[in-house]
Amino acid sequence: MIAPNLASQLPDDQRIVITGVGLTSPNGNDWQSYREALLEKRSGVQPYEIRYFGKTLAGICDFDTRRYQTKKDVRRGTRAGSVGVYAANEALQHSGLDWENVDKSRVGIYVGVTEHGNVETENEIYVIKGFDYDTSCWSHHHNPRTVANNPAGEIALNLGVTGPHYTIGAACAAGNAGLIQGAQMLRLNECDVAIAGGTSESIHTFGIFASFNSQNALARHEDPTKASRPFDVARSGIVVAEGGCLYTLERLSDAKKRGAEIYGELVGYAMNTDATDFVLPNPERQAQCVELALKRAGLEPDQIDIVSTHATGTSSGDAQECAALRSVFGDCENVRINNTKSYIGHAMGAAGALELAGNLPAFRDGIVHPTINVDELDESCKLPGLVLNDAQEGRKVDYILNNSFGMLGINSVVIIGRV
Amino acid sequence: MTPAEIREEIIDILEDISPDEDLDDLKDDVAFREQLELDSMDFLDIVMELRKRHRVQIPEEDYGALASMSSTVEYLEPKMRDIVKS
Repeated sequence: MIAPNLASQLPDDQRIVITGVGLTSPNGNDWQSYREALLEKRSGVQPYEIRYFGKTLAGICDFDTRRYQTKKDVRRGTRAGSVGVYAANEALQHSGLDWENVDKSRVGIYVGVTEHGNVETENEIYVIKGFDYDTSCWSHHHNPRTVANNPAGEIALNLGVTGPHYTIGAACAAGNAGLIQGAQMLRLNECDVAIAGGTSESIHTFGIFASFNSQNALARHEDPTKASRPFDVARSGIVVAEGGCLYTLERLSDAKKRGAEIYGELVGYAMNTDATDFVLPNPERQAQCVELALKRAGLEPDQIDIVSTHATGTSSGDAQECAALRSVFGDCENVRINNTKSYIGHAMGAAGALELAGNLPAFRDGIVHPTINVDELDESCKLPGLVLNDAQEGRKVDYILNNSFGMLGINSVVIIGRV
Repeated sequence: MTPAEIREEIIDILEDISPDEDLDDLKDDVAFREQLELDSMDFLDIVMELRKRHRVQIPEEDYGALASMSSTVEYLEPKMRDIVKS
């Protein structure tokens, strides 16, 4: 078993590092502009309208789909595919890999998704409604668009990757899960380069808004930029967002050999399951997941410099995560805790990967970006180390712990160390 | 629809299916596949669009008639002559 070994004690060909970051977020279409938006406290939440459901709010991306796809590619594929193609190309360019000479059969694509196929199915039902539900008008593109591997498969088609590609369905823990899968496949020597992370096209399905609304978990606010407000006493729920964040992962030995710039090392990770409820989180199990990741990394809680929380802005979910964190980090004076959904909303399958990317630059700039929109901190969310409304500068950041949890009680934690 | 109007309709469909292609120089007597990047899913799009837009049904055994613009118009003319162009 590889995982329990301390990363620093592993041989370089078992140590997994990040050598590229590609992303599109509601407030930035590359890593640098995204970081700038977080430091400028710029939200990406906007008014949004979707069929049947009507007016609501969402985190909307405005990346140029044509940068890496033809019009025909965009038409034939899915929004999740376009998000993934964009993020993957950006991650590879950022890595400085000599892509033309990379053996494409040794590249793996591992994309975390919360859900896939709802958007395309809703679209087809809408179309055939106009034909009195005549199913002969149902598109032959429906199956290739809705197969669960679609977002990863579109990336493989675009890049000519012939190694393994698939999605990891892990609800809102998927961004971390994609990253973990990529690392595992590199350690198993199933690939030499992993493109890993998560994507979301969820704002294009009315069902996700309607379902959260029926669950009384959809955020509302007269000012869209203030709607996503984890930890605040007046939080009203989730702002659904689209987005994608994919990392170029390599073994440390390969990264060193080609002189790659390294943005962090995956020093620990864990996934576990609540096994207690469809939707309600279980703080005890979340804490166990965090503790397992720490144990595998060989770290004590007070060695973590930033905890990037999952909190989505729901009344119970935020309090439960804070309870879990209190049990692990309650006595730690050094740890700083923030939340990135307060800027971009909940990017579902991309959330974990995007939120980690928002924090990674802290290794270099020493700035912990704050949770914004906390006008009055909820008592149940009080924690030492919460960074609220104003950034904290001049921090020495060596380890970032990133939480990502999802429905059906799926929990994921990754710990990234400075290299 | 007249043959000219049917041709216009096919061009309109092709513009949707192959939005990256310049259709101005399309040669009517040369197979679509020799001039455009069309695969089997694209041909099914032509069939699907004719069904959706005009309720024209094209059985699978007739797909060969959609090889070029001129063969397509010739094939569709009896099926679409009574359709009024909107």
